[in-house]
Amino acid sequence: MQIYLPIADMPVNIFLVLGMGLAVGYISGMFGIGGGFLMTPLLIFIGVSPAVAVASVASHIAASSFTGAITYWNRRALDIALALMLLGAGIIGTATGVWLFTTLRALDQLDLMIGLSYVTLLTIVGGLMIYESVRAVMRARQGRPATIRRPGSHTWLHGLPFKVRFKRSKIYVSAIPVWAIGFTIGFVGAIMGIGGGFLLVPMLIYFLRVPTATVIGTSMVLTLVTMASATVMHAVTNHLVDAVLALILMVGGVVGAQFGARTGQRMRGEWLRLLLGLLVFAVGLRFAFELVVQPDDLYSIRYVRGE
Amino acid sequence: MMRRTALILLAVILACGAEPAVAERLVVSLSNQRVAINSNFVGEELVLFGTIEPDAGKTPLRSAYDLVVTVTGPRQTLRTRRKQRVLGIWVNVDSREFVRVPSYLAVLSNRPVAQIAPRDTLRRLQIGLDNFLLPQRIGPDIADTVRDEPFRLAFVRLQVRQGFYREITAAVTFLTPTVFRTAIPLPADVPTGKYGFDVKLFAEGAMVARTNSALEVTKAGIEQYVADAARDHGFLYGLVTMLMALLTGWIASVVFKRD
Repeated sequence: MQIYLPIADMPVNIFLVLGMGLAVGYISGMFGIGGGFLMTPLLIFIGVSPAVAVASVASHIAASSFTGAITYWNRRALDIALALMLLGAGIIGTATGVWLFTTLRALDQLDLMIGLSYVTLLTIVGGLMIYESVRAVMRARQGRPATIRRPGSHTWLHGLPFKVRFKRSKIYVSAIPVWAIGFTIGFVGAIMGIGGGFLLVPMLIYFLRVPTATVIGTSMVLTLVTMASATVMHAVTNHLVDAVLALILMVGGVVGAQFGARTGQRMRGEWLRLLLGLLVFAVGLRFAFELVVQPDDLYSIRYVRGE
Repeated sequence: MMRRTALILLAVILACGAEPAVAERLVVSLSNQRVAINSNFVGEELVLFGTIEPDAGKTPLRSAYDLVVTVTGPRQTLRTRRKQRVLGIWVNVDSREFVRVPSYLAVLSNRPVAQIAPRDTLRRLQIGLDNFLLPQRIGPDIADTVRDEPFRLAFVRLQVRQGFYREITAAVTFLTPTVFRTAIPLPADVPTGKYGFDVKLFAEGAMVARTNSALEVTKAGIEQYVADAARDHGFLYGLVTMLMALLTGWIASVVFKRD
């Protein structure tokens, strides 16, 4: 069944898009991420223009992270104070990202920028995750605990001023890295159409030593608010949010996420991280391939303005 | 009454000496006056019918006619970009702006346009994709280039591949020597706006009659509502989309609640 998308200006098969929403939702529920880094490329692949894809996926991620956040809220597994501070920075990051998005689009370099950010970010993060989780799996094989607890380990980040105590997470850290992380996630999210959950979770664990109990819930709150504000900002500045596309995606997404979460809870943490690492790395490679291999047609057309 | 008006017009034209005596008249009719894009729009085929009538019964009708229908969609400014390898990756390095060119352009004829009239006639009347004026911004000037200029070739090629530009040489069929019919394909992602139909009749390599028609392609129903809202009320539209996301997320968490 075909349905015409009013902003993307093209008809799509409603079941195909619903299926994409389900599949990405399943993965996002399984790993506790938004899944934007998979959904945006998929939409571009079926012919939606990159700009519309990035702008519309934001609301899809907002929906699935809201479902997740409610679940974690009920379990008291999120740190509101930490989330709020990350948010303050995240919104500034998102605004900067939306501004850069608009500027690059005018300069014909948006596609390149999106491609390059995907390649660098995904291959690096994916590679690190694979490395870390393979080591964890090896340790588990040798009968040692999969994760080494280093309660007293402090990095230079802990020496920075403006220290704040986050009670629920039981950490006492400088506000500077918290703001930097929030800004980065908001910025990257707006440009790449991703929630940044797969970036935020490792950052919070490795840089701020946030315990696993609160990290995913907190990340979901942050993803929710940055993506919700990105939706509004993209709608105001670029008029490119396709509400019909977003609705089909989010319906598939939230249903898929529920089933994914059940699968995820049955898997061991290090195997889950390895799988996610491989997935992230593969998507990164796919983008690298596209940038390096000669395109079928060297020419492309971009719409500038109508009458 | 009509005939008298036509006669007067003819007399005026003759008096001015601007055009040779018009011997034929074209009467055309489109299958629709309006194309509505609603949620199940997957493209449409328009049909244009027409007859060739002797004007004021002066000249007997000729035996062989050629007909060219040029359909132009709303004007758009588009940028054609060229990629080149820079430091190992493919980057847009050069671009050319095509200023106010038709978003949709179909040239439909009963046989290849090159056989219908001499090249300079085709050029002057802008018949065929090769001869249609596609102005580019080159420095401070706006001008069309030679037809085998790389950017122009690429632009036409890409538009043809997308189904926005087309030249169909056997699209016009003569049902009788004076009654013709042609089908105009509109792809699913056609731009909205006013479409003009320019119908030109040729005999022995010269244009003998010409007429125009038009129709409007508009979004209808929910498609129009959403598109208008996104354009005119960006903030409200964004807010509603965001609330829709929250509602969907909330409903899912209620439906799937399990403890």
